[in-house]
Amino acid sequence: MTSTSPVNYPSTWKKPPLIESDLVRRGLWLGFAIYLALALGTIDVNWGRVAEGIPRGQKFLAAFFPPDITSRWDSILDGILESIWMTVISTVVGIALSVPFGLGAARNLAPRPVYLFCRAVIGISRTFPEVILAIFAVKLFGFGPFAGFIALSIGTIGFYAKLLAEDIEDMDPVQAEAIRSTGASWFQWVNYAVQPQVMPRMIGLAVYRLDINFRESAVVGIVGGGGIGATLLTAFDRYEFDSAAAILLIIIFIVMILEYSSGYLRKWVQ
Amino acid sequence: MLKLDKLYKRYDTGDEALKDVTLEIPDGQVLALIGPSGAGKSTLIRCVNRLVEPTSGSVHLNDTELTTLSQGKLRSARRRMGMIFQEYALVERLTVMENVLSGRLGYVGFWSSWLRKFPKADVKEAFRLLDRVGLMHMPDKRADALSGGQRQRVGIARALIQDPELLLVDEPTASLDPKTSRQIMRLISELCKERGLAAIINIHDVMLAQMFAERIVGLRFGEVVYDGPPDGLTPDVLTDIYGEEDWEATITPVEDDEDTDTELTEANGA
Amino acid sequence: MAVIETSQGPEWKRRTMRQQWYTWLGWLVGTAIVAFSFKLISDKTIWFFVTDAGTQAIDMASRMVPPKWSYMDTLWLPIWDTINIATIGTLMALVMAVPVAFLAARNTTPHPTVRAAALFIIVSSRSINSLIWALMLVAIIGPGVMAGIIAIALRSIGFCAKLLYESIEEIDAKQVEAVTATGAGRAQTLAYGVVPQILPAFAGISVFRWDINIRESTILGLVGAGGIGIQLDASISTLSWTQVSLILLVILGTVIVSEWVSAKVRHAII
Repeated sequence: MTSTSPVNYPSTWKKPPLIESDLVRRGLWLGFAIYLALALGTIDVNWGRVAEGIPRGQKFLAAFFPPDITSRWDSILDGILESIWMTVISTVVGIALSVPFGLGAARNLAPRPVYLFCRAVIGISRTFPEVILAIFAVKLFGFGPFAGFIALSIGTIGFYAKLLAEDIEDMDPVQAEAIRSTGASWFQWVNYAVQPQVMPRMIGLAVYRLDINFRESAVVGIVGGGGIGATLLTAFDRYEFDSAAAILLIIIFIVMILEYSSGYLRKWVQ
Repeated sequence: MLKLDKLYKRYDTGDEALKDVTLEIPDGQVLALIGPSGAGKSTLIRCVNRLVEPTSGSVHLNDTELTTLSQGKLRSARRRMGMIFQEYALVERLTVMENVLSGRLGYVGFWSSWLRKFPKADVKEAFRLLDRVGLMHMPDKRADALSGGQRQRVGIARALIQDPELLLVDEPTASLDPKTSRQIMRLISELCKERGLAAIINIHDVMLAQMFAERIVGLRFGEVVYDGPPDGLTPDVLTDIYGEEDWEATITPVEDDEDTDTELTEANGA
Repeated sequence: MAVIETSQGPEWKRRTMRQQWYTWLGWLVGTAIVAFSFKLISDKTIWFFVTDAGTQAIDMASRMVPPKWSYMDTLWLPIWDTINIATIGTLMALVMAVPVAFLAARNTTPHPTVRAAALFIIVSSRSINSLIWALMLVAIIGPGVMAGIIAIALRSIGFCAKLLYESIEEIDAKQVEAVTATGAGRAQTLAYGVVPQILPAFAGISVFRWDINIRESTILGLVGAGGIGIQLDASISTLSWTQVSLILLVILGTVIVSEWVSAKVRHAII
């Protein structure tokens, strides 16, 4: 096979497809097309209602220029502050509870029954959105921020304990072995071998969860869990779009601050 | 014929990478550009095809003044200059064939390149070049599955399929082992001879430069400090270029052993 | 870390005096904030309900078993709607997120002002929970699946665009440079130099978000935006606890299946 061999090179070339079998590939495309057709077919849209909504949508957009902060200021301030306090305390409590669950859900740390129990708790709290948790919390604890705090704390466990457990499972076993070989007790071992390895990332994730909890705290109010959500719901129900716009802008603003400072903090930790 | 006239480049950081470099490279000449890291070698060849914009001075490729071209005209001028990169710079997730054909992008429209519909002549030429560089058997392999030497061969084929008048070669051997380095350098110099191509080759390795280039240019702090034949590289000259060091061992003439050709055939058969 | 000279010789401490003070101060401020938020929340809590919650929970749980299996017949359509809201919403979001991501990435944006605008779109979309988007859309275009789809899409644009633009900023610039050097146009450079590099990230992000959206679309019905949330809301307000428990089981099942599907797909891609 040298360059002197008589040459008749092919003049076409096709990129090899991702899925080799023609049948499977076409089948997948066809299946997808059928699904899409069926799905789109079953959306029944009340076009009259949509048309009616267009001027309302324009009114809503217009409400942003400028938004009306003043006329509902008292209830907006009250709601925002409630959201903030709820965020802080549910993040702190949620993370404090996540530590034992996270340790328990790490396969390389916990005995089998503990592992299964912790995984089950995490799995259930991850499955249900915070709002559903809030509905039940409101039923049990009554209306107000306490219910929201419970819902967000449970949500935090599902998120934080899972990531903590995964981080522990991925840690460098050599370092862990080295500390164990010194004769350290279990708690000393966790403190010296595990904690330093997972700490930087977990601090970053804590701030990220703070951010998520704030955003969620804005919706638990819709089902009675306290925070700015209730004020927002009232604004929409009364078609007070200019107040609603003000609330949305405040939420966006606070999330921006959180995002900016979490980026800063993450850089500082590493 | 490539003519650089008082080429000057100053980066935003204030570093002067090139200080009024004037060079003339006749057709078919293979020129090796040597010099310490940071001497401006890489900036020089990037100023030719304007991947880096020169601050002042001019570059003529035959009758075209390159430094003043508009973006559109620059695009067609770039087709006339093939470039080979340090660490290959293949598009890792595309197949070998797509990488070679990407050398024709300047000639085909967006949609035909998006749909991978290249003219038959281009595909034929791509196969011919793959055969020439010894990779006829692997057009469908993804670039990230190749060894370093194989990747650089794809890089060479990509540059040649542009049907260039000039090759710009940036540290072609920097990440290759000594034996593969020689094979690659030999391939480049052979191809230049076959096609009567001029080439500027940036290279760290003085021995390789002496072995494969007919002219050596030494660059230091952005200035030409040596311009002459390979055997003019005396210890004094090398001290001028690189600074004080014992150069005797470096410039001992090297026998160009032919064992590498058997290597090539083996690679073909694999 | 610090070594302090004492009369008994050097003593090793983990932190210097000053660090020690800052650490204490940090803990003090943190504890104060948490205590303060807890006080605010507890002021708004009726503690009788909280202490009574245990009895309530047992009572509620006993009313939930056994789930009313016959109710399943009415749930099939809402499940289908829920999945469609998530899937079509995700597809719509992806179509819009791709251009936003390219405008927001530092290395592909045409202009800093455009970049700022794209980043603002991303932050606004991310800050507002999908339930709030749904609330708005129900107020504007009326209740139904359509509002849910658009709400999911609007919420997901920011999420997908953010992750996508981050992966665009992380691409290997050398591969792009190499494609530019062949004389490729702007669009071709994107198609050959950038797109292949971000394709795996794109696929991963899509599946990841789809998985999240399945969860989120289960609650949109609470504000009238279609899906199984409508049945959940109705069953809770009529205190039909056996229906509620069936719906929770259905949500659990759907989430497990979607998690399994997305894990499979992610595995197939990587």
